[in-house]
Amino acid sequence: MILIISTCREKLHYFEFVKPIERILIESKIQFFTKHYSEIKDKDLDNTDRIIICGTSLKDFHYINDLKKFSWIEHYKKPILGICAGMQIIGLIFGGKLKEKREIVMKEINIRENFLVTTGNVEGYFLHNLSLKKLYNFKILGKTNTDNSIIKHKFKQIYGVLFHPEVRNKKIIEKFSLKKLK
Amino acid sequence: MKLGVLFSGGKDSTYAAWLAKKQGYELSCFISIFSENEESYMFHTPSIKVVEKQAEIMKIPIIIQKSLGRKEEELKDLERAIKIAIKKYKIEGVVAGAIQSVYQSSRIQKICNKLNIECFNPLWQINEDEYLKDLIKNKFKIILTGVFAYPLDEKWLGKKIDEKFIKEISELNKKYKISKIGEGGEFETLVLDCPLFKKELIVNSFKDSGNKNSWRREISVK
Repeated sequence: MILIISTCREKLHYFEFVKPIERILIESKIQFFTKHYSEIKDKDLDNTDRIIICGTSLKDFHYINDLKKFSWIEHYKKPILGICAGMQIIGLIFGGKLKEKREIVMKEINIRENFLVTTGNVEGYFLHNLSLKKLYNFKILGKTNTDNSIIKHKFKQIYGVLFHPEVRNKKIIEKFSLKKLK
Repeated sequence: MKLGVLFSGGKDSTYAAWLAKKQGYELSCFISIFSENEESYMFHTPSIKVVEKQAEIMKIPIIIQKSLGRKEEELKDLERAIKIAIKKYKIEGVVAGAIQSVYQSSRIQKICNKLNIECFNPLWQINEDEYLKDLIKNKFKIILTGVFAYPLDEKWLGKKIDEKFIKEISELNKKYKISKIGEGGEFETLVLDCPLFKKELIVNSFKDSGNKNSWRREISVK
């Protein structure tokens, strides 16, 4: 069972940032349930095998002021994949800092280490006004010419991607949801 | 939240507007670009003038911006129209019908980001079959007003999107990889009725032009 966490403040953004992830899981016949981050209870975290934290719109920074609602991430033992805002949240929870960085573009990512069975160069869709500038206890698995775009916690199954894999890179979400993670 | 809809009169922008309204957003105005370039990558052109009648029966004001349709310059025309909508109708966001096109979507996102308003793409990455079925289920009456790919020809102009259409286009999808929703620019559509309309539009007259596998229908409605 996968828990999909929405970070969207506006409900109309659900169709753009959450529903595409749900569709990928439906097409792969993977069971899931979806909740907004403000509604997460302990039992939701207990009743899931892994978690996907979705991105949100360029103008939505509400999640940054609500970081307390994500404090459970620090001690969580199951796999997590953070997408865009989700990656920023993961970085911040582990002591990282944000920087202003606007990217609205399809861009090449060089994947240095095996990331969910994807290696080499892939094109990813970036849609953000912020990225991470400092990271602690994370390995950099992939980079663009300007940023760290794929990260993994050194000791946990916690991944972050700055791009949106639901666009043109659906396999990443399928692999994260199905693969045995080491 | 008050929204402006980037409106072409076709199925995608109309369905996006309906989704926004259903979620409780206020549709404050439509924003339409009349491009002189029939090959525009950004804007739909067949029967574009029908948007005025569609807006009238939805009782929503419309901003029409003419454009020469030169690549990238047409984006300045779009930005100008959105600025007018912000000033005149106090919109705080824009709704667009982008589905797969990063080219189209990223350009709209950039303009909205620059103007400090929200950008909504509620059809983003939608499943083609799910979308077509939902249009029929919710009584969208849609016809084809342009075809631009082999083996589509003038016989497809005016066809209604219904179960029969889904069957036919699905066969072409298997054989020729034609997008079932025209996402690759294979065809363009016009909405004659939907849950947002106060009454159905009736086709008054039409004029077809084109050749081989590139045809357009200019329609007048009442």
